[in-house]
Amino acid sequence: MTATHNPSGDSLESADETPNDEPSSSASSGGRRRRYSLLTDTDRRVLTTMVGIPTFLHVTLIWVPAIITILLSFTNWNGFRFDNMEWVGTRNYRQLFTVFEKDLYEALLNNFWVLLFLFLVATPLGILIAYILDKNLQGTAIYQSVFYFPVVLSLAVVGFIWKSVIYSPRQGVLNVLLNRTAEGDQISWLGNSDQIIPIGEYGLTQNFLAIIAPMIWRHVGYIMVLYLAGLKSVDPSLKEAAAIDGSSEWQAFKNVVFPSLKPVNVVILVITVIEALRVFDIIDVLNNPISTDVLSILVTESILGESSNVGRGSAYGVMLLLLCFGFVIWYLRSTFREEPS
Amino acid sequence: MITRRRNQVIAQTFLFVLAFIWLLPIIGMIISAFRPYAETSVDPNGFFSWPETLTLDNFRNAWERGNMPRHWFVTFIVVIPAVILVLFFSSMVAFAVSRYSWKFNIALLMLFTAGNLLPPQAIIQPLFQIYNRIPIPEFPIFSESGELRGSLLGLILIHVAFQSGFCTFVLSNYMKTLPKELNEAAMVDGASLWRQYWQIVMPLTRPALGALATLEFAWIYNDYFWAVVLVQKGRDLPITSSLRNLSGEFFTDDNLVAAGSLIVVLPTVLIYLALRRQFISGLAVGASKG
Repeated sequence: MTATHNPSGDSLESADETPNDEPSSSASSGGRRRRYSLLTDTDRRVLTTMVGIPTFLHVTLIWVPAIITILLSFTNWNGFRFDNMEWVGTRNYRQLFTVFEKDLYEALLNNFWVLLFLFLVATPLGILIAYILDKNLQGTAIYQSVFYFPVVLSLAVVGFIWKSVIYSPRQGVLNVLLNRTAEGDQISWLGNSDQIIPIGEYGLTQNFLAIIAPMIWRHVGYIMVLYLAGLKSVDPSLKEAAAIDGSSEWQAFKNVVFPSLKPVNVVILVITVIEALRVFDIIDVLNNPISTDVLSILVTESILGESSNVGRGSAYGVMLLLLCFGFVIWYLRSTFREEPS
Repeated sequence: MITRRRNQVIAQTFLFVLAFIWLLPIIGMIISAFRPYAETSVDPNGFFSWPETLTLDNFRNAWERGNMPRHWFVTFIVVIPAVILVLFFSSMVAFAVSRYSWKFNIALLMLFTAGNLLPPQAIIQPLFQIYNRIPIPEFPIFSESGELRGSLLGLILIHVAFQSGFCTFVLSNYMKTLPKELNEAAMVDGASLWRQYWQIVMPLTRPALGALATLEFAWIYNDYFWAVVLVQKGRDLPITSSLRNLSGEFFTDDNLVAAGSLIVVLPTVLIYLALRRQFISGLAVGASKG
């Protein structure tokens, strides 16, 4: 998709003519880079600074805390003075699975519900819309803008909008449509913890489904844009060949188009998983009157709430790290794998 | 042919109905923002009753009660430097990894890319403690608290650190497509490395920088989590997170919140409408492997 604004097509052809490139660097570019050793001393110092400052900032504020989270999860600490910190081994983790079992399982399941709905509802819907829009129907540009619109908004603001416009018990869209705005007859969409899909005591509650709905609203447009860009890059002759073959649209999509979009599919999968794990804003906004736990809320509880238990908060943080780790590695591998030259 | 025509009609209807549903929250927000709560809350048709009064009171109240001038000010103090710094930092790293080869090229790029994929909450506990412990000289606006926590400088820094992952990835993919002869010619002419970066590569990277600037503006402007956790103090929150202050614990004036939300989304919406192409190409480029 970089091709959409690739300023020079001919750079690709010249790639083979550079013998002075180190083999190790061929993984990312055909050979458009020069050797470090050709640089003068000054240039080398400049280059080091150019890389060094941003890397230092990124590493100290992102990766160092990521590692400290793991260390802190083995301690008991209230966050004030270092001499209060005590090494407790795996106690936090053992507590998560015993004393705080209910919190943990509720949070894990809720993260899972988010993932499931984004995957089974938002993603197919986004792909379907992209697929239809790719056929250049009338009004494609307008539809694209409409569905992409929510993506521009902050999930927190999306929460405020849905809370006041859709879910408001007295005057919201839903209760008006269902004719339930009369005093005493109102449905409290965010205040009802009845289980819709019961799984013991941890099922999917109605208020949580009401939190997931606006996330779907926003995620569909995101998927649509990614997929539309992908579909544009599919060789039209592939689609034609499938059509001439007499295969139905669904078969053509399933057997030809979908597999050829593997890079986009990987990105969508990873984005959706990460999105489901890091969800925080909208839950913080819609968590009143019923408070619902997801992992991110449990991690921050000890910062924003009354008690301050850094060790336990970090243990929840490690859970998040573990859950996203596999997908991040997978994404890196598929992205940085040697490209065919 | 007939089935094709029929399919088209089905597709059009499907899109039309769906688009209407998609617009409902937005339409509802606009309508309710202009109508008094006293009117919509007593009518059984809520927002969709026939409006008798249209008013700007909700906006005025949101503006004053939400102390919005202050929050706008804070927002731009944070967002503008953050976007500029993110692009500046990421373009330097991207330039280095895409135009030169040394040992840890790919590893560095992977580090940045992966960093952006971590859930912010996974690192917030230690980050909060670190921010608590780093004293910074007091300076008007940017650091009134005297420590990184609660300071706007701290907020800018975490945005730059976090977002530089995504931008470095996108920019390095873009810079790789620039012909290498450019640098060679420049070197023969005796141009220093910095000049090659600033005067040759950067101008050619402008389309990607434009797309990223739009996207990053929206993302940093839309931030809620970092501000709520690292700034905390209600007065110093940027506009998006300051919407929190408009809803009460027990009673919330929905029309007031709608008006507040409308004010807050306005800049991103205007930028989106003006620069739709940039928005979308930025996302698409980031998602592809370049």
